Amino acid sequence: MTTTLPTTAKETVSIEIGGMAIALRTQNPSFRQMIENRYAGFLGTSRSSHFEFDIDLYEGSESAPANDDLEVKIEEGEWLLQRGDFRARWNPDAGHGQIRQACSPYAIDCVLRIVHTLLLARQGGFLVHAASAIRGGKAFLFAGVSGAGKTTISRLAPPDAKLLTDEISYVRREGNRYLACGTPFAGELARVGENRSAPLSALFLLEKGLQNSIEPVGSVEAVQRLLRNILFFADDPELVELVFQSACEFASLVPIRRLVFVPDQRVWDIIR
Amino acid sequence: MMAEKYIARSSAIAARLLGGEMMVMSTADSTFFTLNEVASAIWQAADGRTPLSEIVAGKICQEFDVDQEQAQRGAARFVDELSQHGILLVSDQPLTESSPSPESR
Repeated sequence: MTTTLPTTAKETVSIEIGGMAIALRTQNPSFRQMIENRYAGFLGTSRSSHFEFDIDLYEGSESAPANDDLEVKIEEGEWLLQRGDFRARWNPDAGHGQIRQACSPYAIDCVLRIVHTLLLARQGGFLVHAASAIRGGKAFLFAGVSGAGKTTISRLAPPDAKLLTDEISYVRREGNRYLACGTPFAGELARVGENRSAPLSALFLLEKGLQNSIEPVGSVEAVQRLLRNILFFADDPELVELVFQSACEFASLVPIRRLVFVPDQRVWDIIR
Repeated sequence: MMAEKYIARSSAIAARLLGGEMMVMSTADSTFFTLNEVASAIWQAADGRTPLSEIVAGKICQEFDVDQEQAQRGAARFVDELSQHGILLVSDQPLTESSPSPESR
């Protein structure tokens, strides 16, 4: 006997990152399949979703290039997110939003990142340009701009390390500690992270050098470097202040160190 | 004689004392400043009601053992720079509003 799912359930894909499930509803089967493939490992059930978005795809020439300026702002009580390849409206209180976008994985990926940054900002967490991994039950973040070594440190990870991401880390506050959660936001490795989480033990600021060493970092530099790597898109002073305070809180609770390293597996011997 | 200056902390800022250093960021353009001890004392005294000259004479010169004339010049430069970024509000009249001092958060 086969079970026929309600139409809405069949049209919906729920993506759960950091314990936050977002349902995406589209009537285009091939686009839905693309989403399912891209976010495999992070798929949840639509029933447990915290928010849902209806997606309509642009037709032909409607879409502009993805490199157009990104705009994220509150308009008429709703978040407006737009770039050349998408335009989305989202009402967090109603739990619902609409996305019009190009038939491209990059557009939905960008919308998801923005939505998570807005949600995390109110919870003391953030998305940060950092690779992250779990080893021995502890999570470690490796932050840096493009070229700093996120992909390299990820490639060098020993077999017992579980890679959460090589590009965008998800940091969630839980009481007086932080959790690092896996994300499907991949970088050069083009490999989605593992969907698991662990208490964060340290954040390392990556720097390539001639030998492996861990160096202390002053509070101001730690906050400044962290802020430089946090993803935040909204033109909203209240949320900017929240992100600033979150970075300061994080720096007061989690050790932030400079990791100078040579591209050699031995660097992982000093990470603990 | 120079006109009195009154200074107040803008509400468009985020500030935090961490590891003994005051960090201030504009929430409008994300400009980030670190204040040294003297600048931090001026910043925290910027209540909009106390004239800058009184802050310098009564607080800075007392707490940091600096020459008053030199301290007044340094304070004027500091105030000018932060006001250009909208982080401090400056007026020749008392100001009614000043954001709370980060120490009281």
